Amino acid sequence: MDNIIRKYLIMTLFKYGYIFQVQMILRERFCHQRLPEKPVGMESQHKHLLELLRRTAVHGESNSVLIVGPRGSGKTMLLNCVLRELLEVKDVNKNVLPVHLNGLLQTDDRIALKEITRQLNLENVVGDKVFGSFAENLAFLLEALKKGDRSSSRPVLFILDEFDLFAHHKNQTLLYNLLDVSQSAQAPVAVIGLTCRLDVLELLEKRVKSRFSHRQIHLLSSLSFIQYLDNVRSQLSLPQDFPDTKFYDEWNDSIKTLCEDQLVVDVLQSHYNSSKDFRSLHLLLMLALSRVSASKPAIKPTDLLEASRVCMVDSKANILHGLSILELCLIIAMKHLNDIYEGEPFNFQMVHNEFKKFLQRKSHSIHNFDKPVVIKAFEHLQQLELIKSMDSSTAKIQKEYQLMKLLLDHSQIMEALQKYPQCPTDVKQWAMSAFG
Amino acid sequence: MVRYFTRLRVRRIYKWGGRPYIFDRKLKSYGFEYLNMSVEGQEAVTTVTPGQYILIEGNDDEYPFVAKLLKLFGDESHKQKKALVQWFLRLSEVPQNKKLLLGRSPHPQEIFYYLGRACDDEINAESILGTVHVQHVPEDTPFPEPGTKDTLYVKLSWDTKAFNVLDPVLMQDTSASTPPKPALPLFTPCASPTATPVSRGPVHHALPTPDPTVMRRAGSVSDTRATMSAGKRSTLEAESIHSASKLSASKILSAKRRGSAADTPGVRKKLQLSIGASPGKKMTRADVLCELLDEEMESEKVVSLKLSSSVSHSLQHGCSLSPMRSGCKTPNGQRRFPWKLTSISLDRLSPTALGEQDFSSDLLLAVIPLALEDEVFEAGLPTDAGSANTPKKRQATPRRNYVRGQKPTTPSRRKESAMAIREPALGVLAEEDSEDSPMQPIALTPRSKRKSAQLVSLRIRKQLNLLDNTQELISDGDDDCFVPSKKELQSSSDEEKTDSEEETVARKTRGRNCKTSVRTTHKTPSKKVTPSTPRCATPCIPSRTVPARQPGNILEEARARLHVSSVPESLPCREQEFQDIYNFVESKVMDGTGGCMYISGVPGTGKTATIHEVIRCLQHASDMDEIPTFRFIEINGMKMTDPHQAYVQILQKLTDQKVTADHAAALLEKRFSNPAPKKETTVLLVDELDLLWTRKQNVMYNLFDWPTRRHARLVVLTIANTMDLPERIMINRVASRLGLTRMSFQPYSFKQLQQIITSRLNKVKAFEEDALQLVSRKVAALSGDARRCLDICRRATEICEHSASHPSSAGLVKMSHVMEALDEMFSSSYITAIRCASLQEQLFLRAVIAEFRRLGLEEATFQQVFVQHRTLSRVEGLQPISLSEGLAVCQRLGACRLLLLEASRLDMLQRVRLNVSQDDVLYALKPVRD
Repeated sequence: MDNIIRKYLIMTLFKYGYIFQVQMILRERFCHQRLPEKPVGMESQHKHLLELLRRTAVHGESNSVLIVGPRGSGKTMLLNCVLRELLEVKDVNKNVLPVHLNGLLQTDDRIALKEITRQLNLENVVGDKVFGSFAENLAFLLEALKKGDRSSSRPVLFILDEFDLFAHHKNQTLLYNLLDVSQSAQAPVAVIGLTCRLDVLELLEKRVKSRFSHRQIHLLSSLSFIQYLDNVRSQLSLPQDFPDTKFYDEWNDSIKTLCEDQLVVDVLQSHYNSSKDFRSLHLLLMLALSRVSASKPAIKPTDLLEASRVCMVDSKANILHGLSILELCLIIAMKHLNDIYEGEPFNFQMVHNEFKKFLQRKSHSIHNFDKPVVIKAFEHLQQLELIKSMDSSTAKIQKEYQLMKLLLDHSQIMEALQKYPQCPTDVKQWAMSAFG
Repeated sequence: MVRYFTRLRVRRIYKWGGRPYIFDRKLKSYGFEYLNMSVEGQEAVTTVTPGQYILIEGNDDEYPFVAKLLKLFGDESHKQKKALVQWFLRLSEVPQNKKLLLGRSPHPQEIFYYLGRACDDEINAESILGTVHVQHVPEDTPFPEPGTKDTLYVKLSWDTKAFNVLDPVLMQDTSASTPPKPALPLFTPCASPTATPVSRGPVHHALPTPDPTVMRRAGSVSDTRATMSAGKRSTLEAESIHSASKLSASKILSAKRRGSAADTPGVRKKLQLSIGASPGKKMTRADVLCELLDEEMESEKVVSLKLSSSVSHSLQHGCSLSPMRSGCKTPNGQRRFPWKLTSISLDRLSPTALGEQDFSSDLLLAVIPLALEDEVFEAGLPTDAGSANTPKKRQATPRRNYVRGQKPTTPSRRKESAMAIREPALGVLAEEDSEDSPMQPIALTPRSKRKSAQLVSLRIRKQLNLLDNTQELISDGDDDCFVPSKKELQSSSDEEKTDSEEETVARKTRGRNCKTSVRTTHKTPSKKVTPSTPRCATPCIPSRTVPARQPGNILEEARARLHVSSVPESLPCREQEFQDIYNFVESKVMDGTGGCMYISGVPGTGKTATIHEVIRCLQHASDMDEIPTFRFIEINGMKMTDPHQAYVQILQKLTDQKVTADHAAALLEKRFSNPAPKKETTVLLVDELDLLWTRKQNVMYNLFDWPTRRHARLVVLTIANTMDLPERIMINRVASRLGLTRMSFQPYSFKQLQQIITSRLNKVKAFEEDALQLVSRKVAALSGDARRCLDICRRATEICEHSASHPSSAGLVKMSHVMEALDEMFSSSYITAIRCASLQEQLFLRAVIAEFRRLGLEEATFQQVFVQHRTLSRVEGLQPISLSEGLAVCQRLGACRLLLLEASRLDMLQRVRLNVSQDDVLYALKPVRD
């Protein structure tokens, strides 16, 4: 008996350990902490970029390229894969100097220059500090790049994340200089820009544009749903090198059945319809994964459904559920005003009048509120950004007469009313009635 | 400079002869009847008078320049000896390519009358080596048999373009006025090989101008004169002679050294004063001493001759007085005795001849008179009202040097200055004097072996070291000055020291007069010994461990050649522009004038490349000595952070010093408005001119104003993209200075583009003809940007390489490859992006169009579109999405810029517009709908 219990305990312990491992592995995957073995669905782009960077690294050929694709389409992943592969090549390994910049971090050229200098570890860097003024830094960097030549100096890979933001820098000095270096016989550089803007070239000044080589690698996934489904399966499956083969088989089988479940297919289909990018998919799978525990060692279709519900939830409808009856009534009054005046803005006084009319006509459940209370409720709605002031100069007009607009759709209001706990019937009726 | 070192053994002493006969009030110059030259250690004195033919020191020892002396003159201070000459050219000085114009083999002794303008005919008289005999030979007479080697023959004149028959009148006046003296060799043959041209080998001395060094020197003279205030010159009479003799002795230091040593009387004076001012500055004293020693080497007679009567008088006083004070036993009456003594002892001829006298006191004498001279002559300024009582003062001054109280007898002017500071220091000097101590420089020379002297020197060196530590102004380099062996004095490093020490002095005593401050700023650029700043980092990219691989196959080779960065052998299709710019710059460089040129053109039309090519050719030409040398400086408006940084960059490239923008502007202003020695033309390329625009436009103004200055010799080439930039952004005074020398680079036509690619490929057969034509036609139709064209070709080679099964088996780049490359680069990605968008996104786009159609506007709020969207999704049989999701879809499209959105804080009310045409969207969505 003891033995059986002990065995059971050990089993669960093991299982717990495996589940922990599974979560570790899959989380790394979903949180983009580990690069995939091979970028999926972008083989040609991968080859193109790898070739390009390899030529810079090996032949010292200067290049510039833009990787363009919508958010979550795997631009950074592609680049990182290529860099990883590139650095695995033996004679490239110690030969390239990657410089990573991000348009959201390096918000102007001054900061960007310091960062470049720091990452290149030029001689005006002491410790982690870069000395000299902006002008000196620029001159120094340019001088450094100018001194190099194709065959002898190390290629520098400038990776500009959020490339479009660099185009907003003053005079586009940084871009001009980087691209100019890439087009002249100086130290070999590769300028790699990552952006999600398709019109990024139109942002460039014409002299900057002329210096850009006009290579663009587009990452526009034309993934079909079947491929999408396959991808989901491979994303959830455990890798070959999982320690316990039995658990590995069990898990992978369960995933396989999961992906064939009609409910799951429906969920994924609607997700696919909404967006094809992997980031949102990862979010969905992550939510589903977090429901896995030792007592429930597999992902069930309902988990996925629940996760998708969380993902697709309408945030404003949720807010509506938390409103008081008074606030809800005000919202309904606004909805009626919108109907009457065809979306023209309203002010507090109008809403209050509408509300009072309702109270006079059929207020069985709701008693009269004082005006200050109503104003308070109105302000609360404004704070929740369910209504928004239309006037820019708020200070001049009295609160009651500020023009407002409702930031809710009728369908949202109706839906919220349906779900609102213990909503008075007359309020519901009022909301549904055609006339205020 | 180096080659002059060998000749330093010979020193020549120059001295004016006769009374100054002209006093040009305006130029403050005196004319002189003749110039006496003598060689150190030789009694023979050569006299040069105007009208004689002279040899002038050049950079070829065998063939010095020949000229006719027209006039001798000097300035008030007699410091700068100058001469006006008429140049003659040897054939070797005629440019290589023009030599054929002579049409016959030249006579070895033949020279040509120079009619050109490029040479400055004002030279430094101290570069005269001696006289020579020149004989005019009529045109049709044959050359006389080579008789004397010292006779040169003139037959033709040379005006930089052609040889002409020399008008005998030009030669006549000289032959009439001065009887051709037999060329008196100035130097004994062993002493100077320069004096007599021995052999006439075909030496390529292909300088079109007689001698850059001479000219430079001449320039330097005029420059230094300009910087000198006239009033002070006479005060330096004696000193100028000293320095002059020194200069003649050490020719290496000619221009620079003279500039530093002699041209700043004020500084000089202070230099001597500050000897006493701070013991730490003894290096200055050492320097002075060395100069003095140099002089003493020359015969005493020369010295006495050199000094004008009044000068020598005062000096004698000083000499006679000082030994007495320092407790020396020299009899007071023997005026010249100490001088003699010093010279002898230093010459080592008889160091112990006057044994009873302390050796150190001799040296002391050597130091002191020099210091005295100054004082004396300051008192004896011609502007000084009390010139009558100067002798008295002179007598008084030397004494004062040894008593501490200097005030009572100092000229008033002295008092004004920072004398108060110096006073105690002078006291120090006096103390040292009494200890016979300040002789350490001598003690270090090999000559002074005496124990006492060595001991003293040791002690003083210690003191000095201590003081040195406290005085930061004196850099380490100055320490070397304490060892002033003659050799070292002559070494070129000395001039740096002189500079720096002088600067130190000038800085110490700033505020004495305005001249000093001017001098200081002027001098700063030439200061070479900069203290080690923390920012001495050298900009460089680490070098790679594995060398870059060379292109392996034809396609790689083609790709390397097609890269924009590869410098082509020639620049096709820009011949006309090239020629125009070349001519412009060349003429300016030749004339030594300045000018502006504005070049416009869309990007990628070869503006910068053409100018670089021009400069390359000009540089080549100047290497071949066809045109004068020039400096090329390039700045780029895009490569600076602020328009005012242009000054900094120009200055840094000119003089290699880093200063702030304002200071740089001031320095450049000075540089371009003042005449300077050995100034060469500067060609300045300003790329991306429009970025140098400031509100007051002073940067542009200066850039265009400098070339108009007389001494600037600046050629400014400006580049910008727009043709009407001057009219558009420049205010009138700037546009007017830019002038009308404009040039516009047209976009390349398809033929030109094709030619560019073909010439770049240079017989590397990688492309099909048709493929090339397609690329060039396409690019020419769009922009005419050569860079774009090259990039497309490069991409096509890649596609070709990848499409082949094996990289080495890839054939020519075909039409299909080029088409693919063109598609990749030109096709808009919007349509693909729409096709690849998710279903909801596509639906949203359709909703947008539907809403636009409903409204009849090109703009709708998200709310309106969302209603449409919901309807459409019902039609499509899809589950309607929530508003939050809809907003997310909208934002995603906005991030790709398929839609243009308002700020997202407006939430549902944000307005939506299409960034693509409706037709494109419908076209892209069509297959989906089917």
